[in-house]
Amino acid sequence: MSTLRLYFKHLTSDTQTNWIFVIPSLILLALFGIPLLALILQATQTAFFEHALTKEAIAALQLSLTTSLLSVGITLILGTPLAYSLARWSFAGKKHVEMLVDLPVVLPPAVAGLALLIAFGRQGLVGQFFNQIGIHLPFTTAAVVIAQTFVAAPLYIRAARIGFADIDTQLEEAAYVEGANQWQLFSEVMFPMARRAITSGAILTWTRALGEFGATILFAGNLEGVTQTMPLAIYLGFERNIGVAIALSVVLVGFSAILLLFARSIEKE
Amino acid sequence: MKKIRIFIIFIIFALLASGTLACQPAPVDQVPAQSLTVFAAASMTESFGELATLFEASHPNVNVILNFAGSNTLRAQIENGAPANVFASANTKEMDALVTSELVAADAPQLFLHNRLVIITPTTNPANLASFDNLARSDLKLIFAAEEVPVGKYTRQMLANAGTEFSEKVLANIVSNESDVKQVVAKIQLGEADAGIVYTSDAVAAPELVVIEIPAVFNVLASYPIAPLTDAPLAAEFVNFVLSPEGQAILEIWGFTPIN
Repeated sequence: MSTLRLYFKHLTSDTQTNWIFVIPSLILLALFGIPLLALILQATQTAFFEHALTKEAIAALQLSLTTSLLSVGITLILGTPLAYSLARWSFAGKKHVEMLVDLPVVLPPAVAGLALLIAFGRQGLVGQFFNQIGIHLPFTTAAVVIAQTFVAAPLYIRAARIGFADIDTQLEEAAYVEGANQWQLFSEVMFPMARRAITSGAILTWTRALGEFGATILFAGNLEGVTQTMPLAIYLGFERNIGVAIALSVVLVGFSAILLLFARSIEKE
Repeated sequence: MKKIRIFIIFIIFALLASGTLACQPAPVDQVPAQSLTVFAAASMTESFGELATLFEASHPNVNVILNFAGSNTLRAQIENGAPANVFASANTKEMDALVTSELVAADAPQLFLHNRLVIITPTTNPANLASFDNLARSDLKLIFAAEEVPVGKYTRQMLANAGTEFSEKVLANIVSNESDVKQVVAKIQLGEADAGIVYTSDAVAAPELVVIEIPAVFNVLASYPIAPLTDAPLAAEFVNFVLSPEGQAILEIWGFTPIN
């Protein structure tokens, strides 16, 4: 609220040229805000709780929470070492590795889903070997987690890499002088120092994983309780029962908004 | 600065290339083109593509814009103001819904074809399916269209015709409910599941797949209605073309059963 007050103070305080900045901003803010407002208004008109508590909605909600948290866990375990290496070491082809890490963020999710399917699908590049030893990925909950990690982990890696890179190198030298080894340096100096970047990066990855749709529907398919996450239930449910779709949308919007606010407050600390 | 310059040149070339591509089909003598937007069920992707090309050939300056999706999705899009001139649905339910909401005149819809269901498997038939009864085996991965999509509804009706117990066993094998019939075909083509159920016409459009017939006593007859959504004479003309002997012959080539 205080930012808003500040904004209007500027608006009223002086000069006639402010509108150059204010009007375009308001148009864009309206574009962002009005659809969300419409969604919430619509939800209050229909029986929100009745819809949000249907069996289908709860199954989607549970699945979304489990899979997105698993994706965040995997991202933390595998992504932290990668971000750390990228922040601290230079090696041949580093630029290309960075490009590879950033690419999933800009790829259309449908491309990601198709690529995952022809890589890990039953007749895929790698999937055919998995298939021979009895591992089937497509249309399983594991496929949902893979799709989410594929599209969402880069956000964390980027944030953590910047966090690690921002640490003063003198601290590192001091740690070496004290006789710390690589692991001690990481766990006792670097990780605590980059804590904020790591947390906000992990939250960004969580919100992105919660919203994942395109890669999931292609690679993991759609089955209630197994692969039907909230975005899929919203997409496929909107013709059958718009009430459930709207209720789930509002839950997703609210949850994501809270997470983003939390991430922002950590950054500012 | 040099990098930026190279980047700008790259953008300009990209724009030029897309510009030349886009301009190529434009006729030399510019007559204002009319466009006709046709919303058709996903199962008509190939046949309506061909019909549209022929319609454009006999109507110079008319540009037919096609939008394919599950009929239920198309109905929802039309209800929310999508600018369609013609709607061809894979079931009467979605068309009736538009009549109820007064987006289609009550006497406008006409049945224009029938379709039936078949089982498809990947080219290699990985599960060695041989007959309809095999669908109840417990080791299968099946992909159907979701119940909200006409073909998904027809599939469940057909299975119910074959008995409740059988139907339950088959439905327990589903690994994914797809959003339209072409998604089912695509995933079977990629070999991701053992079998799917689609329309006869989809099997015709994907000749590399193995087709297993469904016994006629259980099979359902899907009826497709078509209707103009606006008073535009062009919309009525397109509907008449689809119903004409020439139009019906093309639909028959693509595996549909003509209405008469």
